[in-house]
Amino acid sequence: MALQTIAGAQVNVSEDGYLENMNEWNQNIANEIAGEIGIELTDKHFEVLNYLREKTEAGEALSIRKVGKSGITDIKGLYKLFPKGPLKYSARIAGIPKPASCV
Amino acid sequence: MSSEEKKPLEKVCIICAKGSLEDVYATLVMANGAVMEGIETNVFFTFFGLDGITKERMLGLHTATTGNPAMRMPGGLPFPTMLGGLPGVEAGVSKMMRSQMEELDMPPVDEFLEMITAGGGMIYACKLAVDMFKLEKEDLHEEVDSIITIGDFYGLCDGDRTQIIFT
Repeated sequence: MALQTIAGAQVNVSEDGYLENMNEWNQNIANEIAGEIGIELTDKHFEVLNYLREKTEAGEALSIRKVGKSGITDIKGLYKLFPKGPLKYSARIAGIPKPASCV
Repeated sequence: MSSEEKKPLEKVCIICAKGSLEDVYATLVMANGAVMEGIETNVFFTFFGLDGITKERMLGLHTATTGNPAMRMPGGLPFPTMLGGLPGVEAGVSKMMRSQMEELDMPPVDEFLEMITAGGGMIYACKLAVDMFKLEKEDLHEEVDSIITIGDFYGLCDGDRTQIIFT
């Protein structure tokens, strides 16, 4: 765990770059992390990010399958939004812990 | 760079040669997991593994209730071999396993294949085995890209950060 400045805010970040406290998250932080990964965020991205944050807050396990059934986008669309990391990049940008999920 | 430079995996080529529920799912979980990590993924189904991509069989895969020493009763007691051989027991146990997997958000085989190809993973069937089981391309699920030889498959396994996995 390390203190890091992202988009002008001091936040605690895990070794692999995930926010330790999801309440420290804001849209600017999301934009900056996404930029590092090479993703430019659109409204659709934020719909997915907010969905992931809601589910995390509710204590639900995350999976790309669940996102695919959320009505926001299908799995193909999710891969288009977050190429090469539909769950790991989206979770990182959403400011939630790294999902312990295999699907 | 130092000698500690990491060399992440770039491609996996997974071969599924067995048709039990757990063998096919091991392949699907590993393949989907690789695609989710951004790793280029090729899957080759051969011999009884073809059941995993054959429309008529893919949704009714079984796990062996005889000759499977790891099989347990609910609660953990050993599963009697004699019981495992009774008609309907294997089907019932397999159905129960599938529903438990569904609870963990593990999709049915056809949906799993769609998840893999949605992320760019490629699914292939072995020509020799397809001929042997007298199957046609139409018998296989739509997500199967093509029927290829093992030589073709090895051709897809190039690159020095590629691993071949046999399940």
